[in-house]
Amino acid sequence: MPARRIIPCLDVRDGRVVKGIRFRDHRDVGDIVEHALRYREEGADELVFYDISASSEGRGLDLEWVRRVARVIDIPFAVAGGIRSRDQAAACLEAGADKVSINSPALERPALIDSLARDFGSQCVVLGVDSFAEGGGYRVKQYTGSPESTRDSGRSTLDWVREAVERGAGEIVLNCMRRDGVRGGYDLLHTRAVVEAVPVPVVASGGAGAPAHFRDAFVETGASGALAATVFHDRLIPIPELKEYLARCGIEIRR
Amino acid sequence: MSGVAVVDLGCGNVGSVGIALERFGLAAAITADPAAIAAADRVILPGVGAAGYAMEQVRARGLHETLRGLVRPVLGICLGMQLLFEASEEDGAPGLGLIPGRVRRLAPAPGRPVPHMGWSRLAMAAPVLGLVDGDYVYFAHSFAADPGGSTLAAADYGRTVPAVVRHRNFIGAQFHPERSGEAGARFLRAFLAA
Repeated sequence: MPARRIIPCLDVRDGRVVKGIRFRDHRDVGDIVEHALRYREEGADELVFYDISASSEGRGLDLEWVRRVARVIDIPFAVAGGIRSRDQAAACLEAGADKVSINSPALERPALIDSLARDFGSQCVVLGVDSFAEGGGYRVKQYTGSPESTRDSGRSTLDWVREAVERGAGEIVLNCMRRDGVRGGYDLLHTRAVVEAVPVPVVASGGAGAPAHFRDAFVETGASGALAATVFHDRLIPIPELKEYLARCGIEIRR
Repeated sequence: MSGVAVVDLGCGNVGSVGIALERFGLAAAITADPAAIAAADRVILPGVGAAGYAMEQVRARGLHETLRGLVRPVLGICLGMQLLFEASEEDGAPGLGLIPGRVRRLAPAPGRPVPHMGWSRLAMAAPVLGLVDGDYVYFAHSFAADPGGSTLAAADYGRTVPAVVRHRNFIGAQFHPERSGEAGARFLRAFLAA
């Protein structure tokens, strides 16, 4: 495996970075380019930008900030939120994004995955999955941009990730919703089950609160990357110290 | 014309590469014009997408012979590097045949998912184009060239993955220098100065 990736996720609204707890109560935490540069300097391996306004308000993604980010950073980044068509994905990649991440639109129209993989290659197509523990299993939630809009997609998480990969998704970002923003650690059992279900890289998301949570995600689940927002935004876990700690644990990390 | 031409096949991520060159204060021409490409001092063949579609685009734009006839340094990035070889398992596509060897699908294994996505360490016998042994660079690919005499640096992914190749004036990077931080910048600068 390549070096395990540390991936800060930035929620974007109207070109600004915001942060919420459990998908709600978003507050403004600053300028997008400043944040992108700061994370690049700290040693982030990749960035994910999630346009919450585009997704929840049904607008297309604002390409202006994608171009601004592409211009200043020299590490890979993915763009999520509001990508509903092949042409919107093409515009994002053209603006300089390395990958596009799709979630609810793929649940509405799974053939979108095939179309993006065929035209741009699987390595550009990330499937975001919001997964929720229910009755001993895991279900995929849809329209999670706000608590009011969130609903059950009618699919089991494992069935959905297998189908998506068959259709051409090249990476899964697995967000375990009960864990999001509460810093109790990644859902290791669930993440491991997804890693074992698909041959593509899986990125753990939701629940990071301490350096040991990252170690556990890598050692216990085989995740290729670990995504977090709060702990990086609030500087609760400085990335250089996190990477030093993971290296001391014997995990391959880029430094 | 002179300067740097980035070949626009209508499917590659020409955005990232052009912008990376801008960071060095270089304005590259993003073009599919055979005359402009033939006259450029440096040609970059970027690429994300699928080999079959990309080769169709090469032909549709009348670029097959132009690219094969280039005598100044040419850099193929990711899929752009794979197109320099003789053929690819992807879509059974023939390549440009500029570097001996073939391109094959990576096989996933436990602990080694495919696509090979992320930062891998480079191994090389001697520094090459600004890169040194142990540099980490960013990969995102499902197919890789066979190692051979053209391989100058490699990553290990259950098999040897050629990361930098060179045959005559044709150079290939399987990784994405425009997204490989400081190491990638060193490599691009060295290519531009080569």
